[in-house]
Amino acid sequence: MMVNKKGLLAAGAVAVAASLALAGCSGGSTSDDSKAASGSETLTVWVDADRAAVLKEAAAAFTKESGVTVKLVQKDFAKIQEEFIAQVPTDKGPDVTIAAHDWLGNFVSNGVVQPVELGDTATDFQQVAVTAMSVEGKTYGVPYSVESIALLRNTALAPTAPATYDDMIAAGTAAGTEFPFLVQVGPESDPYHLYPFQTSFGAPVFGTNDDGSYNAADLSIGNAGGEAYAAWLAKEGAAGHLSVNVTSDIAKEKFNAGASPFLITGPWNVPDAQKAGIDVAIDPIPSAGGSPAQPFVGVQGFVVSAKSKNALAANEFLVNYIGSEKVQTELYEIGGRAPALTSAFEAASSDPITAGFGAVAAEAVPMPSIPQMGKVWQFWGVTEAAIITGAGDSTQLWQKMTADIQAAIK
Amino acid sequence: MTSTGTEQGEATVPPQGPDEKPVPQSSRSRRAARVAEAASAGVKVLLVKIALLSIVDAISVYALMVLFLREDWLVFGAVLVVTLIVNWIYFSRAKLPAKYLAPGLIFLLIFQVFVIGYTGYIAFTNYGTGHNSDKPDAVNALIVSSQQRVPDSPTYDLTVVERLGMYSFLVTDPDGEISVGGTDAPLSPVTDATVDDSGKAVELPGYTSLAFSDIVANQEAIAALSVPLSDDPNDGTLRTPDGSSAYLYLSDLVYDEAAGTMTNTTTNVVYTDNGETGSFVAADGTELLPGWKVNVGLANFAEAFGSESIRGPLISVTLWTFAFAFLSVLTTFALGLFLAIVFNNLRMRGRNFYRVVLILPYAFPAFLSALVWAGMLNPQFGFVNQVLFGGAEIPWLTNEWLAKFSIIFVNLWLGFPYMFLVCTGALQSIPEEIQEAATVDGARSGQIFRLIKLPLLLVSVAPLLISSFAFNFNNFNLIYMLTNGGPRDVTAGVNVGATDILISMVYKVAFVGASRDYGLASAFSIIIFLLVAIVSIISFKQTKALEELN
Repeated sequence: MMVNKKGLLAAGAVAVAASLALAGCSGGSTSDDSKAASGSETLTVWVDADRAAVLKEAAAAFTKESGVTVKLVQKDFAKIQEEFIAQVPTDKGPDVTIAAHDWLGNFVSNGVVQPVELGDTATDFQQVAVTAMSVEGKTYGVPYSVESIALLRNTALAPTAPATYDDMIAAGTAAGTEFPFLVQVGPESDPYHLYPFQTSFGAPVFGTNDDGSYNAADLSIGNAGGEAYAAWLAKEGAAGHLSVNVTSDIAKEKFNAGASPFLITGPWNVPDAQKAGIDVAIDPIPSAGGSPAQPFVGVQGFVVSAKSKNALAANEFLVNYIGSEKVQTELYEIGGRAPALTSAFEAASSDPITAGFGAVAAEAVPMPSIPQMGKVWQFWGVTEAAIITGAGDSTQLWQKMTADIQAAIK
Repeated sequence: MTSTGTEQGEATVPPQGPDEKPVPQSSRSRRAARVAEAASAGVKVLLVKIALLSIVDAISVYALMVLFLREDWLVFGAVLVVTLIVNWIYFSRAKLPAKYLAPGLIFLLIFQVFVIGYTGYIAFTNYGTGHNSDKPDAVNALIVSSQQRVPDSPTYDLTVVERLGMYSFLVTDPDGEISVGGTDAPLSPVTDATVDDSGKAVELPGYTSLAFSDIVANQEAIAALSVPLSDDPNDGTLRTPDGSSAYLYLSDLVYDEAAGTMTNTTTNVVYTDNGETGSFVAADGTELLPGWKVNVGLANFAEAFGSESIRGPLISVTLWTFAFAFLSVLTTFALGLFLAIVFNNLRMRGRNFYRVVLILPYAFPAFLSALVWAGMLNPQFGFVNQVLFGGAEIPWLTNEWLAKFSIIFVNLWLGFPYMFLVCTGALQSIPEEIQEAATVDGARSGQIFRLIKLPLLLVSVAPLLISSFAFNFNNFNLIYMLTNGGPRDVTAGVNVGATDILISMVYKVAFVGASRDYGLASAFSIIIFLLVAIVSIISFKQTKALEELN
């Protein structure tokens, strides 16, 4: 008995010591990677699980042509932003990573990315995608997909696309369903899903420079259009068309149950709606304030680390392989997001859903990637929610919000 | 044979297996058999020990080699010292307590002491968005991103050529003009270059052209090449992003290493490193980002107590945090204890079934439960209002006081099974005789509970109540998932709501959008750590008094 106990004890203790030693060399093993990378023949690429399969082929083709090995490292997409910022300065980061365009402001102010020269291929991409991938006039990534919300229409309940917001309400009321139209709001509101209505009143969050980039000094959310939008929110809240009780789950569930002919949402909710037996058509979001209703567009792409020792190979891989029609089409087939490359997008447009969302995204505005945008959300949503629930005078609340944002981003 | 001595010392009785041999007659042969048996067992242990320790040592040596090559001396030293200590402990004859304690102590050092120490260090820096690396990285990033392609400039077809170990650019402009140039030699036209079908110059006498694989092998040097277009630096320089084409760039930032300043060549603004903020700052206060990580002393603590957005809500948030943690412990303990007493009654039928059902909330992940509750408490569509309150629109999560009530209620639902479990255990460990004796002495059941069972119960449960308090003090999941700190008074202008506790307030203040202020968050963590530590120390002192009662 004694023997066994001691043996167990020794084993336990040794296992612990082993784990310590492992902890010690876990730092070491990653340094091996970077050393291999600085040996300049390996390009390390961070990519999420869905995209990895497609990139594997592109990587193999690249390796065959250039002799550079591409090492794909799978990462959880939601964690890439923080890990990239944390790891690049320590030399343990990758050469290239997949990224969403709205991370770029953060990447640039942390100095972890370097510009990518699209050269003459820049015009091959959709304009909005290249603009989104740019910060202060410099392009930092090769885009591969564009994505935005649009109007989902249940064709059985509403046969034609509404031209204006009032048309939509009229059609929705005529359909006799529980809700004339649905959009997710939630207890702290959802400025992202309500943004097309806001832009239709001519009140973007930030003004834009000539090159389409956002100007943080020009906070235009509080202009006259913004106040009109706030008044509209109060009115629609009182009429019951907008409700903070409608969360994303409820909006989706009710639309799939046929409780409304219209739902403002993104491509991610389409498969479930179709599964629920609804014949869905994708339309542009109708304008409430007269100007075009432009939602935010999200662009995904690949960026190069500022500390990459393989900058040339990385550029070559991104521009000539990721940017090729073949890879862009394959990425579309895997993820279902409209390709950023114009020729690949045109090929993908044979699918009416993709074509519908793509048409809206092409006219949409990039979600601001400037760091100041991060300070807007905390005031924006709760104020909208307060206005919708009628917690105060819409103009006063909106102006208070504008002042708070102004103070936060100064 | 090192361990046999210890074995014998401790094992006064020889191990007796089921397959016992015939007992030797003489005391001498008995002793001999005992030694032989102990020795053979010792050999087995020793072999296992040596095998395991050699695995550890092999891994350690590998780690040490890697760390040596990386010149990471601090970690190198730590791994070396720990490896030596581990070997010393497990190869020695004595030190039995150390053999038991070493693993735990190593874990304690790695996962507690080191983490707290590192948090303490970060609290005195400005580590966070815009300050996440060192100064050379920041300078490099600024210079790289200040390269601006000259508008409407053409794309040059490029062949990288080499002579005497120096790289040059052989470029063909869109009009077919061919020129060559290097870092120190501006572009000059050449006529004797070999041209391929597309009109691109691919070779030049006296130079070796580089294939793509050669370019890749030397890409750091080639990516750093910048070839002046002419003698005038304001015309810009040619650089290549991919080795096959070159573009004309102008940089508007120049770094003066001797003076440590950045100068913007278009606006002539000089940005200096003032040594305080960890960034280049112009005379008018504009800051160039990225900056780098510096020690900022007590600035984070000053901000934690000084800045308006934090100081305003700090008192009410602290009060609510204490109220929330205290009420959570109280309600869960009260309900858990009540149920434990009920189900401890032997006359109750189906006790085991009920017990399993009651433990269910404990089996769900807490954050999932919180999300489900958030859905059930939805005023218009939620189960609670629709079914239990007949469609009344009660704002469970959007009214300040109802939201606080809901938080405590949901936490009660999440937390009572734990208290139920520990109370059941503690109750069952109280001997029945005590109760019988008290009954014989004429005590009523109320008195038995109040004067005998509860004090005995508290002796064993009180430490768990204290740890439960500490846990709820930092119960971020519940707050974040159920109300996200809301409802918020939008007219207050601060991003802190009625149900925010300290830890969720810290999260909102230090991590705004995508920007991360790890320094401030660490400073707050230390403050919260101190608060919890003080409360725990006082409570444990009280528990001691309880034990003495016993």
